[in-house]
Amino acid sequence: MEQFAPLVRSKDQRPIRYLVVDDSIFARKNLAKMIESFGGQVAGEAGDGCTAIAEYSRTQPDIVLMDITMPQMEGIEAAERIVRQSPDARIVMVSSVGYQENIIAALQKGARHFVQKPVKPEVLYEVVKYVLGDSATASQAEAAAGVTP
Amino acid sequence: MKMELIQPFINAADAVLAQALQEPTTIGAVSMEEEAYRRKGIAAMVLVNGDIEGRVIFDLEPKAARVITSKLMGTDNPDSDEFVPEAICELANQVIGNAVTVLNDQGFNFKVHPPEVHTAPRGIGNSEDTEAVVMCFETATGAVFMNIAMRYNRRRKNDGD
Repeated sequence: MEQFAPLVRSKDQRPIRYLVVDDSIFARKNLAKMIESFGGQVAGEAGDGCTAIAEYSRTQPDIVLMDITMPQMEGIEAAERIVRQSPDARIVMVSSVGYQENIIAALQKGARHFVQKPVKPEVLYEVVKYVLGDSATASQAEAAAGVTP
Repeated sequence: MKMELIQPFINAADAVLAQALQEPTTIGAVSMEEEAYRRKGIAAMVLVNGDIEGRVIFDLEPKAARVITSKLMGTDNPDSDEFVPEAICELANQVIGNAVTVLNDQGFNFKVHPPEVHTAPRGIGNSEDTEAVVMCFETATGAVFMNIAMRYNRRRKNDGD
């Protein structure tokens, strides 16, 4: 997989910590590979919305990648509950179902962005960078070494 | 079943498979099937309900399923065969999700359920108004079958009459 200039937390230069929420183990594994290529760290995983809420409280990640269609509790409801408890939570919805109604609902409930599956690593990288804003920087050493982008 | 319902699934499958395999696919035989579905390899089923109701089965020959799993994982070989059904479910999820996105933007509202591995050798029979369309996508590593059995929900159908 293509390597990207590692994204680190601006405050302490530590790797960005991700919570990955998807009912498919395969999708989580794939996202974890992308996160690794971004220089990030998987702080926690969840296979449904209820577990995602508990894992968010436990791990306090820098960013959440959240699927929408999941058993027990769907991603949009989980995002809403997380944001209600932690208004600064940064949640990116990652779903194959990308119709306007769904995207608007997710954004209204507090999600910061939406990425449609199949996920292209370069798209997710840019979205993560955008959503984290000033709280993340591309590691200077790696950027100087000419790692993409 | 009308073509307006089927075409988004064909387009989505074509696009998602081409991206997964990093090569173009060819749409082979398309047929109508009235009898119960017979599984051909590793299969995943997604249920849809709302203005349109029914199910889509995504069924891959075992070799094609293993190759696609490897490609999706970015490895030469999947770590284990246990990921193959998971990968096919995710592939089905992506195809159906992309198709549903197009249909929803055309004004159809429905809910997509999470994919399930379809292990039974035969599926349930199709009723008169849910006859299935079966299409085969030919790839360099084997055939990928998509079986779509859907119908307009009566409420929606009546609204349109």
